[in-house]
Amino acid sequence: MNVVVCMKQILDPEIPTRDFRIDAARKEAVRGSANLVTSIFCENALEMALQFRDRAGGRITAVTFGASAAEEVLRKSLAMKADAAVLVLNQARPHPDPLSVAAVLAAALRKIGSCDLILTGRESGDWGSGQTGALLAENLGCPCISFVDEIEASAAGVRVRRQTDFGFESMSAQLPAVLTITNNERNVPRIPKTRDVIASHRQPITRWTLADLGITTPELPAGAPYYEVAELFIESRESRCQFVTGDTPEQKARAFAERLAQAARSC
Amino acid sequence: MFGARGFDRSAQGLLGAGRDLADRLQAQLAVVCLGPCDAQLLSALEHIADEIIVADQPELASYNADLYLGALQKICAEPRPRAILLGNDTYSQELVPRLAYRLAGSAAGDVTAITVESGCLRVRRSVYGGKAEAIIALKRSPAVVGLRARAFAPAAEGTRSAPGHHVSVDLPDTTTRLLEHTSASAGAERLEDAKIVIAGGRGIGGPEPFIRLQQLAALLGGQIAASRAACDAGWAPPSLQVGQTGKKIAPELYLAVGIHGASQHMAGVSDAKVIAAINTDPDAPIFKYCSFGIVEDFRKVLPILHEKLSSGS
Repeated sequence: MNVVVCMKQILDPEIPTRDFRIDAARKEAVRGSANLVTSIFCENALEMALQFRDRAGGRITAVTFGASAAEEVLRKSLAMKADAAVLVLNQARPHPDPLSVAAVLAAALRKIGSCDLILTGRESGDWGSGQTGALLAENLGCPCISFVDEIEASAAGVRVRRQTDFGFESMSAQLPAVLTITNNERNVPRIPKTRDVIASHRQPITRWTLADLGITTPELPAGAPYYEVAELFIESRESRCQFVTGDTPEQKARAFAERLAQAARSC
Repeated sequence: MFGARGFDRSAQGLLGAGRDLADRLQAQLAVVCLGPCDAQLLSALEHIADEIIVADQPELASYNADLYLGALQKICAEPRPRAILLGNDTYSQELVPRLAYRLAGSAAGDVTAITVESGCLRVRRSVYGGKAEAIIALKRSPAVVGLRARAFAPAAEGTRSAPGHHVSVDLPDTTTRLLEHTSASAGAERLEDAKIVIAGGRGIGGPEPFIRLQQLAALLGGQIAASRAACDAGWAPPSLQVGQTGKKIAPELYLAVGIHGASQHMAGVSDAKVIAAINTDPDAPIFKYCSFGIVEDFRKVLPILHEKLSSGS
């Protein structure tokens, strides 16, 4: 069973809001002092792949389409014990068009060959369009199940659990299939051991350019762009919080209870 | 829209947005009702839409992505709509990009506003974990848009009386199969429709305090919710998760207990009318969103809230 996990490197989304800046002309976030990290749902996906391999065997390849700095995402994946890693180098400015990204990933997966199970995060922690996995499935002509949080192998392919508005659904899919992964208490990504982090730097990473994939331009297919950022802005928010006061915690709590009761009454 | 859900607040917002957009584009609004569509729903729709297409053949009785995509693809092929609007429930979220792909259109989800500029649809959505807003130009037609439906006003009832007709289309094979579904809280009101919500975060420290929050919520006739941190810790089920990923809610009153207020969480609740918080950290970003708050250990505050609210004074 060959499992591929598609991953994305993003600016750390956990930086405090007050430190977050954008470049309105370039329509993207300013890096500032933010670290580059792996988008969290991609890590949930890798964690699920690792747990799946423990139970069902197989081989895990981590793939990313990004700048050369995205190699770091692959090093961490190898340190978490993925078997192989592929970087498709994006030498152009990154842009959030999920259709183009999906086309590149699809080409990479075709070149890797025999991918049985393809996992992506449900959405990225930066642009969060939540489309790349679904579009990848369409490009590959695969079934797609979204918001998956449990996977097991079955005779027919895979059996998964996914989260819905109301609870959960248990579903089966034929392989190859694309699953977009969401978080739960069991797929929190493992922290790699130090010795595995060190070892990961000695492991080979396959590097491809778009030309290696037979893609001459990232704008695919021809015609108007699928998804174009026309504007990016930050809405300012003024704080107008009234803090309750009191000499003791109990006094403060009573004041707060009064405010809360008042607010509830006018609902 | 999904017929089985009836004319709920989400459907109302969807129709309102559709009517508004159709009027601005001077176009016709057709509603496609997938699955069973009862008379009550039809009569709500016929005053708003220009046309109602009911796709209720037996295979479409329950949701299946392949079948619903196949049906929508066939239904939309002829009229070549300028835009196709869906909601932001989990089924719609996964249909939006796939439908756009099949129709060679453009797509965006979790949209909170639509404008039209030089004939092009431009949609607004929250990005960077709720820290910024983006306007996305959807240049291909059809523009497939997943709306944060409850954020849109329902349509005013018109005097029209839209004709409805049933269609039956050839459907593709299915590649996935539903085995079973389990409801997290059978019979409970939808979290998105609750007027009062009390949510717990990492600061709650464990699953037991959620019981206290539930008791408080019950006293107020509200519901509980949780931050992603609390759900990942296993203290609350994912169906209670509010945030960028999770439910997007807009209650009249939102009480955040032990929630730091990261933008990813607030992206799910910033439309609430009144936000209040209990947190030991006076610098917690949650307070920037609040009308009022208390810097205190929630364990000292909850019993007094409970006492005050149960005495009914």
